[in-house]
Amino acid sequence: MRYAYYPGCCDHTSAKEYDISTRAVCKALGIELMEIPDWSCCGSTPGHSTSHLLGIALSARNLALVEEMGLDCTASCAACYQRLAMANVEMKNDTQLCEKINHITGKPYRGGVKVKSILEVIAEMNQSQILAKVVKSLKNLKIAVYYGCLMVRPRDIQIDDPENPTIMDNLLQNLGAQTLEWNYKTECCGAALAMSNEDIVLKLANKILADAKSAGANCIVTACPLCHFNLDMRQKKVNKAYETDYNLPVFYFTQLVGLALGIKPEALCLRDHFIDTKHILKLIV
Amino acid sequence: MKRVGVFVCWCGSNIGGVVDVARLAAEAGKFPYVVHSVDYKYTCSEPGQKMIVDAIKEHRLDRVVIAACSPRLHEQTFRKTIARAGLNPYLLEIANIREHCSWVHSKEPEKATEKAIDLVRRAVAKVVNLEPLSESSIPITKRALVIGGGIAGIQTALDIADAGHKVVLLEKEPTIGGKMVMLDKTFPTMDCSACISTPKMVAVAEHPNIELLTCCEVVEVSGYIGNFTVKVKQKARFVDHTKCTGCGTCWEKCPKKVPSEFNLNLSLRKAIYIPFPQAVPNKPSIDAENCRYLTEQKCGVCQKVCPVGAIDYEQKDENLEIEVGAIVMATGYELFDWAKAYGEYGYGKYPDVITGLQFERMVNASGPTGGKIIRPSDGKEPKNVVFVKCVGSRDEAKGKAYCSRACCMYTAKHAHQVIEKIADAQAFVFYIDVRTPGKGYEEFYKRTTDEGAQYIRGRVSKILTSGDRLLVKGADTLMGRQVEVEADLVVLATAMIPAKTAQDTARLVGFSVDGDGFYQEAHPKLRPVETNTAGIFLAGTCQGPKDIPDTVAQASAAAVKVCVLFSRREMAADPMVAQVNQSICHGCLACQKVCPYKAIEAKTISERLGGQVIERTVAHVNSGLCQGCGSCTVACRSGAVNLKGFSDEQLLAEVDAICL
Repeated sequence: MRYAYYPGCCDHTSAKEYDISTRAVCKALGIELMEIPDWSCCGSTPGHSTSHLLGIALSARNLALVEEMGLDCTASCAACYQRLAMANVEMKNDTQLCEKINHITGKPYRGGVKVKSILEVIAEMNQSQILAKVVKSLKNLKIAVYYGCLMVRPRDIQIDDPENPTIMDNLLQNLGAQTLEWNYKTECCGAALAMSNEDIVLKLANKILADAKSAGANCIVTACPLCHFNLDMRQKKVNKAYETDYNLPVFYFTQLVGLALGIKPEALCLRDHFIDTKHILKLIV
Repeated sequence: MKRVGVFVCWCGSNIGGVVDVARLAAEAGKFPYVVHSVDYKYTCSEPGQKMIVDAIKEHRLDRVVIAACSPRLHEQTFRKTIARAGLNPYLLEIANIREHCSWVHSKEPEKATEKAIDLVRRAVAKVVNLEPLSESSIPITKRALVIGGGIAGIQTALDIADAGHKVVLLEKEPTIGGKMVMLDKTFPTMDCSACISTPKMVAVAEHPNIELLTCCEVVEVSGYIGNFTVKVKQKARFVDHTKCTGCGTCWEKCPKKVPSEFNLNLSLRKAIYIPFPQAVPNKPSIDAENCRYLTEQKCGVCQKVCPVGAIDYEQKDENLEIEVGAIVMATGYELFDWAKAYGEYGYGKYPDVITGLQFERMVNASGPTGGKIIRPSDGKEPKNVVFVKCVGSRDEAKGKAYCSRACCMYTAKHAHQVIEKIADAQAFVFYIDVRTPGKGYEEFYKRTTDEGAQYIRGRVSKILTSGDRLLVKGADTLMGRQVEVEADLVVLATAMIPAKTAQDTARLVGFSVDGDGFYQEAHPKLRPVETNTAGIFLAGTCQGPKDIPDTVAQASAAAVKVCVLFSRREMAADPMVAQVNQSICHGCLACQKVCPYKAIEAKTISERLGGQVIERTVAHVNSGLCQGCGSCTVACRSGAVNLKGFSDEQLLAEVDAICL
């Protein structure tokens, strides 16, 4: 299996744990990731909220590069995935828009690419193939699986049930982990409001952390750098603001898959989180 | 020489405001055979009709063209008018210059007038080719079939039976009563629902003119108005009701318990059961899927304990055939399956989120909790109860676009019941709009709010758990604010949808459903209880969401329609039907295949040919079944089938008048 891989800006900076663990897990599972040469920013939230055309054009250029590679595309960052997939759907459904965008980018995209989240790519694999490579059990983990908003919305590109997604739960359950029924699976973490109005993010993160804790979680798993950022880095700030004492490590799902496959914690950047993961790592046997 | 009169109607300003009616009348006067042509403001009015009658006599007219509105509206009116003047009513042609000219071309009066002139020329060309037609008569079987034994079916059956006609009431469940008997109280008077419906159920069972068939479904319907033949399958009950006394020993001793449909899974029933104590007939049936004897050949307790030997495990489904003259559909409604669509309300996984009908059972004195409102999860009394309206209604994205009509009122009733029954309880109602059009309804709603029910305008976005309680998140769109309410119990007002098998039943009986699957009435205002298939009438929620008063009113209306039909010994059949020219029909029966009403049958005729008598097959039209759609005339290769009133010559004359 070979995919054109779009890491996105986060994965090269604040979420390099996600990038590194994704590459490590894919290598172990026999998924070949070819980083798209000369990829550029997907525009993220500022791009499409400023201009519809800009948002699509930024992703369209990347899609055109993928088309030249003759591969399907995957992205690890949930926001990058969403932008690429959305641009893909819109251009495929609207030939006029497609022409306009191609004129803007000067790099014609004909619509021949499939865009998948890295979560989909791994979850769609034959699970017995993954299980054959598993060397460690996640059975002591009680995980609040957090999907955030971008994997399941909007309807055109959602990869699972928008109200009760289970794709990541199923993957982790197959690796032996216990995943919990909880309320905040798809509730917003506040996302990029962290830049302009941190209070909102703290409030929302507090709700998510509180519900995960009351559901009995000993860690949270995400598939989105921004979710991770808001829940991991800001957890101490939440504790301060709301006088709470959460100590819930927040993992990327690739990190847990990597651990199950026997990849060393250092190689998955598990020491790089703000909330110490040591006590959870001890539970993996 | 034919003498045609043309009458151009203004339809007030509907036509007169656009089409130059004076010019149209003048032009029409120049057409061949036209001897009289006038325009008039309201041709359908009493003086308008008198004008036509007078003109026919004065000018010795033998054909009439009316240029007016759609023939759907007033063709019958004008047929009667010219019949009053002594003309054959089928020597009439209507040019629709309202829908086809003034309404669609209102911005171009000049062109609309030109088109109107063409349409009248066409009508004149056809009318001179018309031939007088006469109505034949069909005998009527004076017995009605009512399909569905809810309050609509019960009321219809009783009304028809009281008028002295025989009725067969058919119900697929083991008892009649439908949804109404499941309810606790009825708004706005708060009468006990069962106290109203159970006496009617008994009246049905005891009425000498009503034959009650339960556990039955319609298998096939053939025939036509006045003469339907209905095949019915009566499912095996495994209890001989002629022997059973309804003593109850069997269901007391039956060891197998399964969730009760009647109590919406809030309690258990036995495998041999009556759905509820006041069921009619008040004799048990065995649920074959759950009976241990019928599934595993074990047990057999009911047979052992039955004092009269009424249990019969060998009983088989029976096929019945009944002849009726009219059919009333009263198949009712079901509730929208919210658990499949509304993930944000938990997909049915929270036990304390229930539907309105479950609440009805719970608050019902004879229900599973004896009338006590409890939380299904732990049996505790709820203090905060949240009602969510329009779950599946007025929601094009996930549910149905239409309003379900009864939910605003029953939610007000439920909120009132919570406040009345539970001390210091709080009732919150999330709503989009409150719609209370009905006698005493608005007053009832106001009473509920006066009692303290808090109405919050906005949809509920999500229901979460919060410890052992529920957290209802929504918006208050009047305050422009998000709200969260902690709830012990959430009651959803789910949309009404047609009964699951309603569409199949409609297909069997031979009429159509609308886009939402409800039965299509012939005309929403002029013929609200009839269908487009003659002899089939509608009652209750099978036609669209309704509350009990509306259902009962429509049920009585349907009964009257049936009685009107039964008031005659024979009925006139529309003469505009297909006829086969047997001399040129060569019996391929292509017409039979395309006929949607099964009106064409093969017939063997014998004729002389070269001194010999030979037999050959030809098509024959059953004029009772034929609806005059004309499909057969198109399919006929030899041109042997003609539709009376729309023959090839008549249609060609029209085409020539417009095109040449």
